[in-house]
Amino acid sequence: MPKDSSIKHILLIGSGPIVIGQACEFDYSGTQASRSLREEGIKVTLINSNPATIMTDPVTADNVYLLPLEKKSIIKILQEHPDIDCVLPTVGGQTALNLAIDCEKAGIWKKFGVRMIGVDIDAIDTAENREKFKALLEKIGVGVCKGATATSFLQGKEIAQEIGFPLIIRASYTLGGAGGAFVEKAEDFEKALSAGLQASPVHEVLIEQSILGWKEYELEVMRDNIGNMIVICSIENFDPMGVHTGDSITVAPALTLPDTVYQRMRNYAITMMNSIGNFAGGCNVQFAVSPDNSEIIGIEINPRVSRSSALASKATGYPIAKVAAKLAIGYNLDELTNSITGTTSAFFEPSIDYVIVKIPRWNFDKFKGSDKRLGLSMKAVGEVMGIGRNFQEALQKACQSLEIKRNGLGADGKELRDQEKILYSLANPSWNRLFHVYDAFKLGISFRTIQDLTKIDKWFLKQIEELVHIEAEIEKYEIDDIPLELMELAKRKGYADRQIAHLLGCLESEVFNKRYEEMGIKRVYKLVDTCAAEFEAKTPYYYSTFGEENEAIPSDKKKVVVLGSGPNRVGQGIEFDYSCVHGVLAAKECGYETIMINCNPETVSTDPDVSDRLYFEPVFWEHIYEIILSEKPVGVIVQLGGQTALKLAEKLDKYGIPIIGTSYEALDLAEDRGRFSTLLKENEVPYPEFGTIHNTDEALELCKTIGFPLLVRPSYVLGGQGMKIVINEKELEEHVVNVLRDIPNNEILLDHFLEGAIEAEADAICDGENVYIIGIMQHIEPAGIHSGDSYAVLPPYNLGDYVMRQIETYTKKIALALRTVGLINIQFAIKNDKVYVIEANPRASRTVPFICKAYREPYVNYATKVMLGEKKVTDFNFKPYKSGYAIKEPVFSFHKFPNVNKELGPEMKSTGEAIYFIEDLMDDYFLKIYSERNLYLSR
Amino acid sequence: MNKLKATLLLADGTIFKGTLIGSPGTNGGEICFNTGMTGYQEIYTDPSYTGQIIVTTTSHIGNYGVISSEVESDQPTIAGIVVNSFSEIYSRLDADGSLQDYLVKYGITGIADIDTRKLVRHIRSKGAMNAIISSEFEDDLAGLKAELNLVPDMNGLELSSQVCTKEPFFYGDENSPLKVACLDFGIKLNILRNLADRGVYCKVFPAKTKFEELKKWNPDGYFLSNGPGDPAVMEYAVKTTKDILESDKPVFGICLGHQVLAEACGISTYKMHHGHRGLNHPIKNIFTGKSEITSQNHGFVVKKEDVENSDLVEMTHIHLNDKTVAGIKLKNKPAFSVQYHPESSPGPHDSRYLFDDFINLMNKK
Repeated sequence: MPKDSSIKHILLIGSGPIVIGQACEFDYSGTQASRSLREEGIKVTLINSNPATIMTDPVTADNVYLLPLEKKSIIKILQEHPDIDCVLPTVGGQTALNLAIDCEKAGIWKKFGVRMIGVDIDAIDTAENREKFKALLEKIGVGVCKGATATSFLQGKEIAQEIGFPLIIRASYTLGGAGGAFVEKAEDFEKALSAGLQASPVHEVLIEQSILGWKEYELEVMRDNIGNMIVICSIENFDPMGVHTGDSITVAPALTLPDTVYQRMRNYAITMMNSIGNFAGGCNVQFAVSPDNSEIIGIEINPRVSRSSALASKATGYPIAKVAAKLAIGYNLDELTNSITGTTSAFFEPSIDYVIVKIPRWNFDKFKGSDKRLGLSMKAVGEVMGIGRNFQEALQKACQSLEIKRNGLGADGKELRDQEKILYSLANPSWNRLFHVYDAFKLGISFRTIQDLTKIDKWFLKQIEELVHIEAEIEKYEIDDIPLELMELAKRKGYADRQIAHLLGCLESEVFNKRYEEMGIKRVYKLVDTCAAEFEAKTPYYYSTFGEENEAIPSDKKKVVVLGSGPNRVGQGIEFDYSCVHGVLAAKECGYETIMINCNPETVSTDPDVSDRLYFEPVFWEHIYEIILSEKPVGVIVQLGGQTALKLAEKLDKYGIPIIGTSYEALDLAEDRGRFSTLLKENEVPYPEFGTIHNTDEALELCKTIGFPLLVRPSYVLGGQGMKIVINEKELEEHVVNVLRDIPNNEILLDHFLEGAIEAEADAICDGENVYIIGIMQHIEPAGIHSGDSYAVLPPYNLGDYVMRQIETYTKKIALALRTVGLINIQFAIKNDKVYVIEANPRASRTVPFICKAYREPYVNYATKVMLGEKKVTDFNFKPYKSGYAIKEPVFSFHKFPNVNKELGPEMKSTGEAIYFIEDLMDDYFLKIYSERNLYLSR
Repeated sequence: MNKLKATLLLADGTIFKGTLIGSPGTNGGEICFNTGMTGYQEIYTDPSYTGQIIVTTTSHIGNYGVISSEVESDQPTIAGIVVNSFSEIYSRLDADGSLQDYLVKYGITGIADIDTRKLVRHIRSKGAMNAIISSEFEDDLAGLKAELNLVPDMNGLELSSQVCTKEPFFYGDENSPLKVACLDFGIKLNILRNLADRGVYCKVFPAKTKFEELKKWNPDGYFLSNGPGDPAVMEYAVKTTKDILESDKPVFGICLGHQVLAEACGISTYKMHHGHRGLNHPIKNIFTGKSEITSQNHGFVVKKEDVENSDLVEMTHIHLNDKTVAGIKLKNKPAFSVQYHPESSPGPHDSRYLFDDFINLMNKK
């Protein structure tokens, strides 16, 4: 069926603030869907409470509502736009779906004559209801995890006989899994069964087939209205069953499946999709496969666009959300064109000639006291994807993308050598198990033990073991005598120059010079084209590898590189991707060819439709440098991609690569507390008493002159990592020891903490001569809570003229003194009407997207044009839309960590944010948060 | 690290240097690429690939070893393989052994660790051509070129009678309700499995068997199999097929069998630029409106204009990418055929309904 021409105006529901389990992948899918619908001449109205999203930009939709995702908001929108005829709830994650279902139940859609498209409520219901789902699978002949409840010893034994071993006993109505047991052999069963029956207050146990350690797969499928189906991507979990797929390292395509088993799984997926209902769009189906491939069990089906479909889109190049939106408005797959080739059908299954490895990014350090073991509930805050021509290369690139101070997998002197700890880690997966598998091989732990403990497929383990052998081989040489073949092998297997340098005992630059200049081992760039080169592709989506042919032939246009912000994590999330995307678009407007480098598959910046060229590569020196050598851009924009991009400025500067906008010198000056304070002093800008120390002795000496309370903070960190307020010498000493243990040789700052002060911050654009303050925000919580965790009100709600004048004056003075070209964010503390400067960051801050949304102005666009020297601040006609107040609401993911208290302090913990508009200060919402402002403050 | 080196030389002079896999030696054939990501053993044992060097575009080959139950013929008859990353390590509990040992056992020479994507792009732009893989002519390019020149051209090459069974054989349960005479041009075992699973007792005849001989068995229908080579030079098969059609019994053809059926109806065939080989080919069934993902392996195709202008046949299936003819049926006879592989081993099972259609035709009679 062609497009349903009765559809004129669609409401798109977004996913709201970023929380663990639902991140910026839904900004990517929402943005794609919206663009895809508008292409068809359909009007799009969009609701999302998350301001740091591209989907809520005026460029993305016809009407944007930054409102809380609740029924009230939907009614308001439908009242204002009676011509809305359909709602698409499948691209905004579980949040959007739940809201759509709530509205359905409340009869809202019916009342306003709105049709839900792209989804089948019964299908959702079947997918979410464990019992219904299981019954369905049994009916259609797809394997399910066998199990039954027993209320007697005899019954229990019968069930066990039926399902076989290993099995799991779960006692009903017990807390924290008491009475539960994993039973491997028949002889252990009776004892475990009686223990379980006794532990349960109702003497009831669930006996279930154990599929822990089974291989785990996901298929990303698309279905249209007439039931045409295609598998976009098969994804294999490196971590077997037992670890949530969002916490698993995953690989595409599936690498250890014979065609016979794969097709069985594909058939099951098709049967499952056809039997749960009639819907058009993307769908994710998960399976467990027994290690001998004989049994396949259906685990889950999600008939909507998901985190995995974002990954699958980036892994294959196939734009799932874009196509899903087209299917929702009536198109069939065979009527659409593959936008990557522009010539072939969208009804096909992508074939890939490379491997992708996704590694989740965790932030356990931010949630002190949390259970770091991975299990059934997702704990990762972000993810990276590495693309390589073989598994090892992709794996190394993913490790290099993580930004966890490792240079890849192994070969960086950071391995664990404690056998006991390694063995524990292998059996109890946490964020570092992959690294410990490598360490285990290196330490000589047997293959069998490693496999027994991890249950990871032999093929993957052998790949890692081989890396350990290569490492040992390289170690036999020095930089002067390493053979070309070995160097080539190491590079093909993804080793970074830095890792090789570690093994050869030389400098990274020496390795680079040797292999690049002398040996001519250079990266080439290959296209992600959905079709394994069978057809010519048009989308400029590249990854690096070592081979003969470079497909990314540089143009001779004037071009600029924008460095992305890498994986999402606490302190550096979607806000920076927002800025990167706008930076790219602004540079395009100025006639530059834009080159985006990033490794986060969830983002809009890695949508190949955004930049002129996307290099899906680690934001890691070596990869960036080679792209720059190949592309020869006029410069690199580092101030949009958060700390990730910023910290590469020094090296870019050292290698003589121009940094667009604020110079490296100024960036460094702002970070160097000593020099920065001198600058403040020269400009007569007040700041809290402070000093720098390098050890506890200095700290104990210095605290006498500054006085408690003190804010202790390490230099060059992100999101307030390691920051703490201390009130006495004992606490001070303890914390300094902790910081130096985690970040050795760091310079630590001791600031006098202005207790009870009000915090405020300002963002501004500066061209070196003129400064324009885009927004000043006042925090609701008192000083001491990280700005990212504070409610911020724009404009300030109770700062007097005198204070505001100080803030404005200081902002301008500092921006000019730092010779800022581009964006700058300055944090203030206000006590007794006196304004103190706490810090200045000459880069796009977390609050820039919030201000853009509140004031309806494209500030990143303006700032980028200023950075590029294309425009002066005075060239713009600033017209901020000012009405009432906008509140930035921090959103936390504490529910994922039941043992962690919600305590806020100088170290950031929130994972996302929402925007909330109020008319005046009598608003109930404002009054409530204002009254609770001291509730969670801890030191 | 001490692996033997191998060279791949293309007819247009392009050279790739890599690592030897499989059996040391020198072997040539027409080079083609397959974009499937699973099922290498099925591909290597598919008789339709006889005399061809197969480039697999997927990054790793060999990961799950080999197993005797997943072959499409007794042994591989391919001319060689080209892979990106070759895995001697395999992970499959019920595997019989490694792919490396399997290749050595059957004397297949291959090359790994070359830029296969560059090679595929080259074939894509320059078209199908002959090539040779060798572990023996490392420094003797002239010698290798001479060897390459001995490799026959696929155009006008008849291979079916070489790869087919020498003697008729039976497949399936002899008490089955239906009997099908299969003309073996290089038949894949999974076709026979699919027929047998649907209650068909098959008798497989050598390619050059005459209609009179087939008829003697009194089958309910005839099957024209897949196979290698150029359909335009298979007069014998075209003749047999014409005779079969005269009998008005149901006929089903796959791939080469489809091309032979077309030729028998006066439709000509031609060699494509670089063919269709993979597991992701989109086909639309013109009659039902539904689309299917198919497994394909063909270098020749029937001419669309001929089908459109024909009084005898009509198009039933179309390839959605290049709009080539993917299936035909006779207007006045119970005969149909498809260019792709509904038995799909390897590949998706979307098109298995065609076997049911064939059974239904026979049951109607």
